[in-house]
Amino acid sequence: MAKFSRRKFLVGTGLVGGGIVLGISFMPGRLATIRKHYTVKGAEVLTTWVRIAEDNLVTVLVPHSEMGQGVHTTLPMMLAEEMEADWDLVRMEQAPAHQLFANDAVSKGFLLQGERLPAILNPPADWASYKLAQLLDVQTTGGSSSIRFTGEFGMRTTGAAVKEMLIRAAADKWDVPRSECVARLSHIVHEKSGAKASFGALAEAAAAYEPNPTPTLKDKSDFTIIGTSKQRFDIPPKVRGASVYGIDADVPNMRIAVLKAAPVFGGTVAKMDKSSIAGRRGIEDVVQIPDAVAVIGDNYWRAHAALADLSVSFDAAGHGDVSSQTIFSRFRAALDADDAKTNIAQGDVSIDGAQTLEADYQVPYLNHAAMEPMNCTAHVKDGKCEIWVGAQDPLACRGHAAKVLGLSAEDVTVHPLMLGGSFGRRSGVLMDYIERAVLIAAQVDYPVKVIWSREEDMQQGAYRPASISRFKAKLDDKGAPISWENHYIRDEERAAVHIPYAIENQSIRVSEVDTHVPYGVWRSVASSQHGFYIESFMDELAHAAGQDPVAYRRPLLGDNPRHLTVLDRVADMAKWGRKLKKGRALGVALRESFGTVVGQIAEVSIEDGSPRVHQIWCAADPGDVVNPDGFIAQMESGIIYGLTAALYGEITLENGQVQQENFPDYEMLHLATTPDIHVDIIRSGAKLGGAGEPSTPPAAPAVTNALFALTGQRIRVLPLKNHDFA
Amino acid sequence: MTIKLTINGVRHQLDVEPDMPLLWALRDELKLTGTKFGCGVAACGACTVHVDGQPVRSCSYPIDAAANTSVTTIEGLGDADGNNAVQRAWIEHQVPQCGYCQSGMIMAVTALLDDNPTPSDDDIDAAITNICRCGTYPRVRKAIHELAAAHKKNRKG
Repeated sequence: MAKFSRRKFLVGTGLVGGGIVLGISFMPGRLATIRKHYTVKGAEVLTTWVRIAEDNLVTVLVPHSEMGQGVHTTLPMMLAEEMEADWDLVRMEQAPAHQLFANDAVSKGFLLQGERLPAILNPPADWASYKLAQLLDVQTTGGSSSIRFTGEFGMRTTGAAVKEMLIRAAADKWDVPRSECVARLSHIVHEKSGAKASFGALAEAAAAYEPNPTPTLKDKSDFTIIGTSKQRFDIPPKVRGASVYGIDADVPNMRIAVLKAAPVFGGTVAKMDKSSIAGRRGIEDVVQIPDAVAVIGDNYWRAHAALADLSVSFDAAGHGDVSSQTIFSRFRAALDADDAKTNIAQGDVSIDGAQTLEADYQVPYLNHAAMEPMNCTAHVKDGKCEIWVGAQDPLACRGHAAKVLGLSAEDVTVHPLMLGGSFGRRSGVLMDYIERAVLIAAQVDYPVKVIWSREEDMQQGAYRPASISRFKAKLDDKGAPISWENHYIRDEERAAVHIPYAIENQSIRVSEVDTHVPYGVWRSVASSQHGFYIESFMDELAHAAGQDPVAYRRPLLGDNPRHLTVLDRVADMAKWGRKLKKGRALGVALRESFGTVVGQIAEVSIEDGSPRVHQIWCAADPGDVVNPDGFIAQMESGIIYGLTAALYGEITLENGQVQQENFPDYEMLHLATTPDIHVDIIRSGAKLGGAGEPSTPPAAPAVTNALFALTGQRIRVLPLKNHDFA
Repeated sequence: MTIKLTINGVRHQLDVEPDMPLLWALRDELKLTGTKFGCGVAACGACTVHVDGQPVRSCSYPIDAAANTSVTTIEGLGDADGNNAVQRAWIEHQVPQCGYCQSGMIMAVTALLDDNPTPSDDDIDAAITNICRCGTYPRVRKAIHELAAAHKKNRKG
């Protein structure tokens, strides 16, 4: 083991492109587990960067993907805050996937292989660096993690360390004590002498100093950037149509491929006859890979039209008889059988109660249906592979392409582009979009942009799992819950079934049922199902006890003061308990996910036999907030995503394949059906929570609980479009 | 077949099939990729452009129907300052998230306001049927109302 030195931990180097580059490098000694999943050779270098140019512009290189969540702005805010940069002089760039860093002459100095995590770090910093290393190693964007980990531990630390170096450079230059110098608006100022120098003028001298790995961070009360709403860097190009998404990749000599994959998951190409499209204008090649065929041409429309006329058949890999009905029957059989694994066992659920309630809840498969259909551009030639893609985890894409092609990771280059939505689909969980593209590209000698039609995107998804959850609860003679039993299908995320309510006796168990349907993480992951299940069943308990659903929950939240505050706030916002217009009702739901506690109240009515959501009040406690307007936008976004799923979302299977094809039969909320949304942020000071996902889970139960209050109809199976409210 | 049309003020002659959708002539023949492909069946509106000032969903609009017309795409929407009033309002209200649907959304809203500068909520609901998966709808509505209010104020002033 090489000896760890501070210099290697936080490193400054010389000028690059007219500016200083500073970065933090961590030795990810503990990352063996993560590396197992991302077998990228030479990915040990971990950097967060800031570049200071001579003209005093500070550029922050962000190692996360922008998919609409605003992270390309929020992370630079956190760095600029600690650095005391003038926000008007801050710019951002997305850090390239690691290979480019590794190829960069400068970054070679950052290689820190074979060392252990430094012992000089105190325990909190040790933990922080571990979390940061974990995230930067895989370069992933997901789990609402960017701000919580990269920002809190990476960006702030880097910014504070850079500030110290700049102060030292100024103090040495002016021959004054460092303690008399302050950083202010991208300058270092010495008040006594009136000396003042810009960051840009000091950058070169600053780079010569050893950075401090544990700099003093600012006190929250001194923040001037964090906690204020800043306009996002990525929006101006987006309103001009100038942002380059994966589907916009344009590489010299590139062709366009449209693919058709085996409609039954796991199936393969049985037979293909190219003669049916021979000689078609603009068509150059027809390529077969194990589970798909692709027509390659000079124009998407030509290739798509030819593909429709291509004679091809697929086998069903033995899944041709599977339907939604057979899947749900297997789920129910597993719940009826007594072979579950225990998740939580607490107290004794066999005790007697004055009242017993039982219910089964069910949700269907869901597709992500991001607006940008799946796509990936690849060029495979002479043992090298280049990829252009919008992905949540560019580094994992690199590793996967290398694995599929039998190359080393060094031979694969990934150019990360903007994501036209993702919601989990473009994550590293199922990288079929990479795999198919590189296998197709490997058969031709030109670069090829593989575009999935909307129908392929719909029918070749990485689906939010369908599941069933069975509940049994007992109430005492005052209506208070004394036991909680829950047996559910699929162990996606063990903590997602925990309840915040103090119920003495609990038994929570899970049964696994494998299906042939590809699994994907879907915005808020397992909270999307269990949020609906748990908050609906709690509502059932309140009504069975003859109590108000807000009042019923309150005494059960004694161990969770953040939850209680959120519940009370949202009740205040909606004026819970007020007299409503005729034909209207309110419903409440409360859910913590990704460290953020969210309470929602929905106001609903029935119009022409269908539910109509008029308003959603949303109180959220993310601990603290970096860009308040951006956080509110994420709450709005997550609520609308959750409402779309509750009202319409349903992927069904018949003959082993997905039945839905496009937006007309996978319906979406539109502007006309979007409720008014009111968001309040509670800054409790708790550890920073996520923004992108936590508002999705409460949306469905808030609406279905309101519908119960209005109609007496308890909705235990989603989506609502399948229920008759006439 | 040669199709003549003007796109963002520039005359073009395209040798393409008459039934090629305008979208794919723009994206793959002319490399104007600001106009987006979302569904291919005119359901989502991501591909909205203007043909002689009228909004059309270009994924389902054959190019021969656009022959001898003037087409405007998101790249050609801005005025001398760079952005038109809708684009400026979109920045002001921080409307886009992933942004993929917003080219089409901005084209649809620009066409609505050209036709009806002070739309009611019902007018907005009827005209703006574009799908946005990020759920930017509340900000879209707010930005449109603000543009309408500015129009009313200017008329009075």
